[in-house]
Amino acid sequence: MLKITGYPDRYSVAPGEKIDFKISLEEGDSFDARMVRVVHGDCNPDGPGLKFRHIPTAVDGKHPGRPQRVDAGSYMIVDAAPPLLSGPFTFLAKIWPTLPMRGEQTIFAQWDPIEAQGFRIGIAPDGSLDLVLSSGPGASHTLSSGKAMLPRQWYTIAVSFDPASGSTTLNQEPLQRYALIDDGASATSRIVFAPSSMATPFLLAGCPEPGGHVGWHFDGKIEAPIVLAGVHSPSSHEQFNQSPPPPDLSNAVIARWDFSREMESERCVDVGPFGRHGRLVHLPTRAMKSSKWTGDEHDWRRKPEHYDAIHFHHDDLYDAGWETSVSVTLPEDIKSGPYALHVGCGTSDESATREDYLAFFVRPPRNRHDRSARPKVAFLAPTASYIAYANHGEHITARGAELQMNRLLPFGHSDLYLYDHPELGGSLYDCHADGSGVCYSSRLRPVLNFSARYHSWLGGHGSALYQYNADTHLFDWLDHKGVDYDVITDEDLNEEGFGLIQNYQVILTGTHPEYHSTAMWDAMKSWIDRGGRLMYMGGNGWYWRVAFHKTLPGVVEVRRAEDGIRTWAAEPGEYFQSFNGEFGGLWRRVGRAPNVICGVGFIAQGFDVSGYYRRTPDAENPRAAFIFEGVDDEIIGNFGLIGGGAAGIEMDCITTQLGSPPNMLCLASSEGHSPMMMLVNEEFGVVPPNLGGDVNPRVKADLAFGETPSGGALFCTSSIAWCGSLSHNNYDNNISRITANVLDRFLNEAPFNT
Amino acid sequence: MTYRIDPTKDRQFIEEFRLNPIGAHSPGLMRVLTVMRVDPTGNQIILVCRKPFAEWVLANMPARRKDPIVMETDQIFTSREAAEWAVFCRRWRLLTGESINRPFRD
Repeated sequence: MLKITGYPDRYSVAPGEKIDFKISLEEGDSFDARMVRVVHGDCNPDGPGLKFRHIPTAVDGKHPGRPQRVDAGSYMIVDAAPPLLSGPFTFLAKIWPTLPMRGEQTIFAQWDPIEAQGFRIGIAPDGSLDLVLSSGPGASHTLSSGKAMLPRQWYTIAVSFDPASGSTTLNQEPLQRYALIDDGASATSRIVFAPSSMATPFLLAGCPEPGGHVGWHFDGKIEAPIVLAGVHSPSSHEQFNQSPPPPDLSNAVIARWDFSREMESERCVDVGPFGRHGRLVHLPTRAMKSSKWTGDEHDWRRKPEHYDAIHFHHDDLYDAGWETSVSVTLPEDIKSGPYALHVGCGTSDESATREDYLAFFVRPPRNRHDRSARPKVAFLAPTASYIAYANHGEHITARGAELQMNRLLPFGHSDLYLYDHPELGGSLYDCHADGSGVCYSSRLRPVLNFSARYHSWLGGHGSALYQYNADTHLFDWLDHKGVDYDVITDEDLNEEGFGLIQNYQVILTGTHPEYHSTAMWDAMKSWIDRGGRLMYMGGNGWYWRVAFHKTLPGVVEVRRAEDGIRTWAAEPGEYFQSFNGEFGGLWRRVGRAPNVICGVGFIAQGFDVSGYYRRTPDAENPRAAFIFEGVDDEIIGNFGLIGGGAAGIEMDCITTQLGSPPNMLCLASSEGHSPMMMLVNEEFGVVPPNLGGDVNPRVKADLAFGETPSGGALFCTSSIAWCGSLSHNNYDNNISRITANVLDRFLNEAPFNT
Repeated sequence: MTYRIDPTKDRQFIEEFRLNPIGAHSPGLMRVLTVMRVDPTGNQIILVCRKPFAEWVLANMPARRKDPIVMETDQIFTSREAAEWAVFCRRWRLLTGESINRPFRD
């Protein structure tokens, strides 16, 4: 259990700037805080142990705190709405419910939660369409269609109310008929009280509850919601597909939202005359197929009318919206690097952790003119990948994880806490409760696995570290070696492009730089092409394309389209990103395999134990002499905190046909892998019977080096587990030596042979 | 019908697992573990860490997330390997009806 959690307002901050931290306490009313430089977040007794360096700031000391909660669930809100119940009206829409039997859900409401008055159109616990009208407790009426809707089927719904007569009508009509399936119905009734009409906001897919939350969320897609004055038949909805619609219907429009407009925004445009535009909260999924989709177009930009549906989820989360508990203004002279706000509310014990390290990075000054005497080396913090894995919860939700890991699933206090708090939202690996893939992930929420001291079920036997905390193995090594380096993040690179990195001579990646936007990819490629020296310190890099939102900070989108190792698959027709219209999925399927940018590409993954590298003939090539200075060993890296070896977790190899430069040297290849280290699915068309590293010669990490045409170079460890071997034997080992040799040569300005 | 563990023919893999619970396993042992690691009821045994790298207990994660994880408090493991062995023995008994110690009585 965790007794203190929190998150910062951003992951990248420059000296002199302010960073806000939002904290929640499960016990007590105060917490201690101090800022630390994160050096090593791995408490494995086989390694160097935890290392944090206190940086005195004004934040040191005690601060008041309280519990803060997350109100998850997406919806649309129209703040300025007319009082609908004062006249006759009809609500029309198409819906595609995904969990109709989940419980009371709202499709459209104008509701005062304190007085419990207004109306809600929604789904009843029995899965039927219903309408609730109320003027307070005791004066409430519910009309239901009486027939359950089926999951993942389209329905036209029409609900009308006439206050003069008290008459209510309700229609639920499936678009697709099946033999022996009876899911269409209509109902009418008459109410005898006058429901109170008030001008409170319209909500779609949710309803306000007392206490300020929004609840009764709808799971599924909503398409073309329309509010008309007067009582109209269900067939009116189809008539709006005509261009122009019949005048008697057009003139009756109170609001009509066209979800295909401003797709890249959080705005829902009202194309009726009043412009009652909606605002989306918690990022329901856009660019989703509507009932009109035929498959003639798969790109929503070319046929937006086929994509005018939004998929709402009760477990969507963009911004937790917590109050700031403490702010830190960074000193002007603080060194760039990995830092955290170390917070605590008592002593941890076997059942509860009472401290946390809220991670962030100090980047170089934003103003380029302040960036004159910077280090020549930068670490590119893979924050897009950290965000992609935020609150990864498959060990909780996917039965089959133990089989995939070939060992018991370890749960720490953070995992137990995550189990009890699904409202913290999932990662891009998780599915929503309704089975659809989570395609947006945000950092504006507590991210329990973006923290020093988090141990991951994916992290291999041993230290069990993954992504951020695994990268602290590299921070520790750089610290031990006294390397002066800057830290820049993916978000910085996405925003600023090549100009941010042009003066760095060497860039080091983290252990797993998997997710890249086009802007990031292009910037890095320009830098490599112009003579940069890349030290790729991981595996499975440059794998998935993502997009950052154009206006909302801190959220990325992925479409798990064609192929690749996927924990969910995007629906056909939904491969194009809503954030920017690009074709989503693997960079390989976009036409830019990882080999094109970094020299190697993904070949295998396995999460139990790691292998080692064996020197190959290329290691004797004079071009590689600097790499092996002081290293005569045939076997390299048969030790390490991640799976006991330097070649593990996810691995890459040289494939010229996919774009590895033809001059790449394969210095060493790994072996000694378990059968669980398996070929990845984009590397075969027909499932081979020999997938595992024990019997498939293709399963190997290639330690690779190659010069680039402008006098730069690529060095690829091709293994996520590499950095876990750096500290072995008090940093005196062949993995550490090779890494140091490369860094030394890469820092030497002498160009490489072209 | 998928594979059912045969307490006689698969006996040869018990010692292999006991000596190396986490690591590269032979195909025969992998087949046994594949059968063992999936519980069709949706329950999932997990390893809960009480003290990092020092103490673990087993727990059951139920099929429905709304239900609580239930910890087993009577046995504290001081290594992951010991916990893996304990669960292996448990599952062997469940799937074959036999205890691991037969016929090697202690």
